[in-house]
Amino acid sequence: MAGAETQPVVQITGVDKTFTGRDAGQTVALQGIDLDIAPGEFVSLIGPSGCGKSTLLRVIGDLVQPTRGTVRVNGKSAEQARRDRDYGMVFQAPVLFDWRSVEDNVKLPLEILGKPKAWRAQRAKEMLELVELGDFTRHMPYQLSGGMQQRVAIARALSFEPRILLMDEPFGALDEMTRERMNDEVLRIWQQTGTTIVFVTHSIPEAVYLSSRVVVMSARPGRITKIVDIDVPRPRDDESRESERYFQLITEVREALRAGGGELDDSGTASARRTLAEGAVG
Amino acid sequence: MTAGPARNELHQVERELALELDAAQPRIPRLRWRRPFAFLALIVLTLVLWEGAKFLGGTPWRLPGQGPGDPIIWNPPFRWAFANDLNLPHVWNILYAFGQPFQRGAEETLLQYLLGAAFYTWREAVLGFVLGSLLGLGLATAFVHSRLAERAFVPYVIASQTIPIIALAPLIVFAMGQGVLAVVVIATYLTFFPVTIAMLRGLRSFDPRALELLRSYGASKRGVYTKLRLPASMPYFFTALKIAATASIVGAIIGEDTGAIQEGLGRVITTFNQYYATGPEKLWAAIIIAALLGITFFLIVRVAEIVVLRGRPGIDA
Repeated sequence: MAGAETQPVVQITGVDKTFTGRDAGQTVALQGIDLDIAPGEFVSLIGPSGCGKSTLLRVIGDLVQPTRGTVRVNGKSAEQARRDRDYGMVFQAPVLFDWRSVEDNVKLPLEILGKPKAWRAQRAKEMLELVELGDFTRHMPYQLSGGMQQRVAIARALSFEPRILLMDEPFGALDEMTRERMNDEVLRIWQQTGTTIVFVTHSIPEAVYLSSRVVVMSARPGRITKIVDIDVPRPRDDESRESERYFQLITEVREALRAGGGELDDSGTASARRTLAEGAVG
Repeated sequence: MTAGPARNELHQVERELALELDAAQPRIPRLRWRRPFAFLALIVLTLVLWEGAKFLGGTPWRLPGQGPGDPIIWNPPFRWAFANDLNLPHVWNILYAFGQPFQRGAEETLLQYLLGAAFYTWREAVLGFVLGSLLGLGLATAFVHSRLAERAFVPYVIASQTIPIIALAPLIVFAMGQGVLAVVVIATYLTFFPVTIAMLRGLRSFDPRALELLRSYGASKRGVYTKLRLPASMPYFFTALKIAATASIVGAIIGEDTGAIQEGLGRVITTFNQYYATGPEKLWAAIIIAALLGITFFLIVRVAEIVVLRGRPGIDA
């Protein structure tokens, strides 16, 4: 599945990341990370709280600088890829601009990219239809539910056709029902657009259901302990969720997590917040 | 309409929306009439206390426009100095004075005269308000982009406001020459401060994750400023503008007084102050108009605020 003949979209070699705290305490967030991601892959990063999965995502997106090692994206440096607008980001919180309508939120990246006005309107309409919010273009963000807001965030991330979609626990704050619905939605969009997706989660079923590969990480120091290929046939639907292979793979991922000494922590969001705070400073 | 699943989706969406709107309810004040009502009640209460004091301890009551020698219609049981006709003229005498010529032999009534003066003062205040707001915005923008500039200059911005404007106004008039320019500078001086301080915070009030988002789009500093910092700061900006609006009127009135501008409220207040003994109602009338001018300017800014911030959650505060 991880196409050996094509050039990887993301190529991570020997990446370490050490955060230095204010009181000179050091946290090793990532150690010796090697990972290649092929075009059109759906890769999930999973691990316990503090395993650095959100940090790794931010290293790929050039929002956090690695202490050591290199990240190449589409054959360029991560910084160049960011400047070339290769990334679409979706965070755990939708981070919509509350003074902009739903439509104007989707247009935001297009404005920054300096796209013509007519194109922006056209594109925003298409993207909102893609996430099935075509009837809510004029609504303000606070008028939407959490799931709907997150779909706006996805529409916004896709609006400028980034080559890689980086998603940091995008559905972590949603209830189980909404989350499953959103998972199907992401798969549908992924199949329609062919975008490469890197997806951080702390939910094993979610990771297995969505991904072509699941990268299992362990904490202190954050490193990759196992990569599980997910060969549940596509297209995936509720039946896949009941298939034997699905459960086998869930077990495999769970055992890999246990072997790494990681208890999955329901509040895996803490690490995201910490790396976020650190990243904002650095 | 459409097939089953799509409809289900729609129902789900509608339910979610209804729940959200329910949650949003407290933000929408249900009893909109309460505020004007409270405002009116306060005015009535003031009038009752005012005339109540005069009823108990004022000068003997006469009809509006009448003086010593005219018939007494009520003789209060006490004589309190603060409530006599010189210190606390009757409300109806103040209202009566509005309709009289503003000085002996003049054609204009006091109301017309005061409105003219108020409009003149307002134009100076608006100039000072605009210049001060732009200055404040410019300073805050420079400060949030440079820690060094912030550390170096913010103490001076604060120190500038510790000097009494009464002491500073003559210096400004001396430097600028007597005229409207000096008045505008004084109004600017009082206006830029609240805007600078509020925007120092407002321009940093954005969600840090939004900054990360913009960085992922490769946005420039300018892009971050126009798309994020500035729009996020608008609630702070308007709070400051409301303070600045009233401060600019005070600044203009003080400036007119010091700068010997003949046409504005500042001069009117000085003159009526000098002749207070012969017509206390006139000074009170001028004070009422000055207050109404400040309130009107405030309300204009408030309306602009509602227009600019419409659609944002919780802007009614």
